[in-house]
Amino acid sequence: MKHTLTPQRYLILLAVMLTASVGDTLLSHGMTQVGPVSVGHLGMLLVAMRNPWVVSGILCLLGFFASYLTALSWADLTFVLPSTAFGYVVVALLSKFWLHEAVSLYRWAGIVLIVCGVGFVANGPSLTQHDSHHPVDEPVAAGGTR
Amino acid sequence: MMVAAQVQTSVLETWVTIVTVAATAVAGDVLTAGAMRRIGDLDLIRAKAGMGGAIKAVVGSPMFLLGVLSMALSFFSLLFTLSNVEVSLAAPASASLTFLGNAFAAKLFLKENVDRRRWLAAGFVCAGVFLLSK
Repeated sequence: MKHTLTPQRYLILLAVMLTASVGDTLLSHGMTQVGPVSVGHLGMLLVAMRNPWVVSGILCLLGFFASYLTALSWADLTFVLPSTAFGYVVVALLSKFWLHEAVSLYRWAGIVLIVCGVGFVANGPSLTQHDSHHPVDEPVAAGGTR
Repeated sequence: MMVAAQVQTSVLETWVTIVTVAATAVAGDVLTAGAMRRIGDLDLIRAKAGMGGAIKAVVGSPMFLLGVLSMALSFFSLLFTLSNVEVSLAAPASASLTFLGNAFAAKLFLKENVDRRRWLAAGFVCAGVFLLSK
């Protein structure tokens, strides 16, 4: 049986894509301000928690986590994960058309490959059917049978 | 000679931290995905028991908590890696390894039907992420 997604569920996947890439970018920017963290000074990681960019990145990643968990409750891990990669494409396109940065041929090739990869799984079933006796498939809450 | 050894150690450290980020991320992804599969459709749970019921169902799962612990380890490994390794290498390398690792782990532990289409997707995304770093 082919599991198709409702528009609402596609919106959840869109949230997965956008919050992950924006969160990673904010974290990266914050950590360049905090400076290098060495094994001898792991306490610097706690200092990083006071950086507003790091905090914003963490908030974004919390939004990612909520939408990611929701998606995992009705789709396979190998279906949801390529969606997160599509965020890289969004960042590359924003940097080209909004920030007017140069995007090399390598990056365009990378964008094409990721779009193809996401397209492969998006056209397939979103959830693997298991036998009802399989432990992974037994819902423990009010999820009903699949 | 000593400089070459130092550079080699540095490269080794770089890849150890990147692999650590990927391995802990894969463990976190597989554990949380397994937990969500056991819990069931969150949309249905929210419709029946409200947002509080959905949160309770998720947070009450030991497998989920173990997954979160792995993700937290991955997060701090990523922070550590980003402070020592260029983001243009660390982010796509750890992401690519995580994609491939997840495809293997999902087939092995979650018994997902990772067919040719999904292997192709994992390979394409992996290569695409690497090209983006060029």
